[in-house]
Amino acid sequence: MRRIVTEFAENARIAAEQIGAHKMRSLLTALGVIIGVMAVTLMGTAVNGLDKGFSDSLDMLGTDLLYVERWPWGGAGDDWMRYRNRPVLRTEFARQLNDIIIDTPNSALDTAVPCALSFRAIQRGGESVSNVYIVGTTVPYGYVNRADIEFGRFFNDAEYTSGRNVIILGYDVAEALFEAGRETAIGQEVRIRGLRFEVIGVFRRQGSFLGLQSFDNQAAMPLAALRRFERGNWHTHLRVKVRPDASLHEARSELEGAMRRIRGLLPGHENDFEINQTEMLEDTIGNVKTQIAIGGFFITGLALFVGAIGIMNITFVSVRERTREIGTRRALGARRTTILTQFLMEAVGICLIGGAVGLTLTVALKFVFDATVPAFPFILSPQLIVAAVIVSIATGILSGFVPAFQASRLDPAEALRHE
Amino acid sequence: MSAVRTTAGARRPIIEIRGVERIYDLGKIYVRALDGIDLDIMENDYVAVMGPSGSGKSTLMNLLGCLDTPTAGRYLFEGEDVASMDDDELADIRNRRIGFVFQSFNLLPRANVLRNVELPLVYAGMSREERIERARGTLDIVGLSDRAHHRPNELSGGQRQRVAIARALVNNPSVILADEPTGNLDSRTGEDIMEIFESLYRAGNTIIVVTHEDDIARHARRIVRLRDGHIESDEIIGRPYLAETPAAH
Repeated sequence: MRRIVTEFAENARIAAEQIGAHKMRSLLTALGVIIGVMAVTLMGTAVNGLDKGFSDSLDMLGTDLLYVERWPWGGAGDDWMRYRNRPVLRTEFARQLNDIIIDTPNSALDTAVPCALSFRAIQRGGESVSNVYIVGTTVPYGYVNRADIEFGRFFNDAEYTSGRNVIILGYDVAEALFEAGRETAIGQEVRIRGLRFEVIGVFRRQGSFLGLQSFDNQAAMPLAALRRFERGNWHTHLRVKVRPDASLHEARSELEGAMRRIRGLLPGHENDFEINQTEMLEDTIGNVKTQIAIGGFFITGLALFVGAIGIMNITFVSVRERTREIGTRRALGARRTTILTQFLMEAVGICLIGGAVGLTLTVALKFVFDATVPAFPFILSPQLIVAAVIVSIATGILSGFVPAFQASRLDPAEALRHE
Repeated sequence: MSAVRTTAGARRPIIEIRGVERIYDLGKIYVRALDGIDLDIMENDYVAVMGPSGSGKSTLMNLLGCLDTPTAGRYLFEGEDVASMDDDELADIRNRRIGFVFQSFNLLPRANVLRNVELPLVYAGMSREERIERARGTLDIVGLSDRAHHRPNELSGGQRQRVAIARALVNNPSVILADEPTGNLDSRTGEDIMEIFESLYRAGNTIIVVTHEDDIARHARRIVRLRDGHIESDEIIGRPYLAETPAAH
C-alpha cells in the first residue's frame, strides 16, 4: 500500500517535471483537448441556458393556461391545408365556455377569456411603435394571464361593457412612446389607425422568449374597442385558466368536450380547433436541445479524437526519448505497472492542463456573452466542470494507454542498451 | 569476530549458476549467447567478468542482474530460483538485492542528486523521511553529501559515477553489479572509482565488475574470463577476502 502511494507521488512528480520541461510541446499537444473541453462545456451551457430561458418563458406564457386556437403550436407540418380551412374561433365562445364551466360541477376549468388580436402601430405625436400585439379582451384577462400592472390599472366592467377607448400598454411600448417615463403615460392619449385611446395602465416588464420574441411589445383593450379598427376573427383565440388543484390532462379533456358542444360537433367528427398548452412547446424545445447536444457531441468527439491522437503520438515520442530511463528505472526495481502509470499520468496530466485551459476559455467566453447578449442565459453548472475534468482524464487514459503499455513491456536489458 | 576467512566454502553463496544457457531467437537464426555456464559467487567476493565483445559478457551480466532469465539451467540468487520468477518478483529482487552501476551512469537528468539516490527506495515503498535519511547516508560514503541538491549536469563524470554508486548502495544490496563502471571516465578518475569499490569490498560488500580492461580487473579478487559463451578461465588472483565480517543483510 505504502509502495503504491510513494510510487504514485513519484509518478505525479515525474509527469509534472516532464510537462514542465516541454511546455510548448505539451500545450500544443493539449490543443485538441482544449477545443474538446470547450465544445463540451459550451454545449452544456447552451443547453442549460436554453432550459432556463425556456422555463422562464413558459412561466410567462402560463403553465396553467390552455389555448384554444386553430393551429397547433410547433408547426402544422404537412397538414397545413387542414388547419387553414378550419372555421375561425369567435370571441363569444369565451362567454359560452364560462357558462358551461359554471354549469359543470367540480369543473377543472376556472375562467375563459377571448383574445382578439390586431397587429398595428401605436402612435403618439411623432413617435410610433409598429406591429404591436394588441389584444381585445374581457376583464378577467389580467387575472387569467397574471399580467401585472406596473402603473395605473386594467379596464373595468363599465369600460368593457361600454367599449370605451382605453388601453393598457406593454412595457416596451410605454417605454418607447413616453420618454419622460412610463408613469407619465397614464391619462395620455395614443392613436391606433387614427382612433384615440386613453392610456389607463402600463404592464410590468415580462421579458422575452429566449431573448428573441418580446412579451413587452403588447397592449390590451376592451374587445369592443378593438372592434372599432379590427373586425375579423382571423387572429382570435381563447385562453382558459385551469383550476390550481385540477390536473392539466383532465382540464384539457373537459375543455375539448365543451368546445365540441359549442361547435356542435357530432361524435365521430374530428375537432376543428386545437387545444395548445406550454407542454407542447417543451417537446419542440426538447428537439432543439437534442440537436444542439448531437452537434456538440460531434464537435467534442472530433476534437477529442484529434487531441487523443496527438497525445498518443507525443507519448510515443516521450517513451522513445526515455527508453534508457525506462531501462534504468526497471533495473532499480520499477515494476511494469509503475512504468505504465508513469506514462499514463503524463498523458492525463497533459489532458488535465488542456481541460483547465479549455474551462478557463469557456468562463472567459461566458463573461463576453453575458456582457454582449445578456438576454441569453449562459449557465456554467458545477456538473459541467466535473464533466470537463472527467472527459480530460478519460481522454488521457485512452490516448496514453497504448504507448504507456508499450513502455511497460520494454525488455529492461534492451531498454538499457538503447542510445 | 576477528576471524578472517579465506576459503569460499565457509561463506554463504549469493549466486549459484548451473548449466545456464541463453539463446536469442532472432527469427531466422538462434544465437547461443551463453552455452552451459556454471558459476558460484560467494558473499564478499569481488569478481571481474572479462571477455571480448560477443563473448556473452553482457548476456551474463543481464542474467546476473535479473534483467533477463536463462533459456535453460538453474540460477539461484541467495537460494531462490530466479528462472521461475515472474516480472514483478524479478523487479523486487533487483530493487532490494542488486545495486546497479552503469557505464554511462544513467542518472535522471531532471532530478537532483538526492532524488536520484532515493529512487530505489521509492520503488521499495519507503517513507519520504526515511528515504532522505538513507540517501544522505550513502552520499556520505561516496563523499558527495555537499552535492545533494545539485543536478547531474552540474557534476563531473567521476562525481556522477559516485552518485550512481550511492544509488546502488542505498537499498543495502546483496551484490553490487557494475558494468564497465570506468568506461566513460579518464584513467585517473577511473582509479578513484575503483578505490571506492575497494573500500566497499573491504566493508564486506559483494562486487561483480564487468570490464574489458585488465587494469580494472586487477582490483578484483577473482577474474572470470568468457569466450564464445563459455567460461574460459576462473582464477583467484591471490587477494584474500578482506572483510573481517561479511556485510549484514
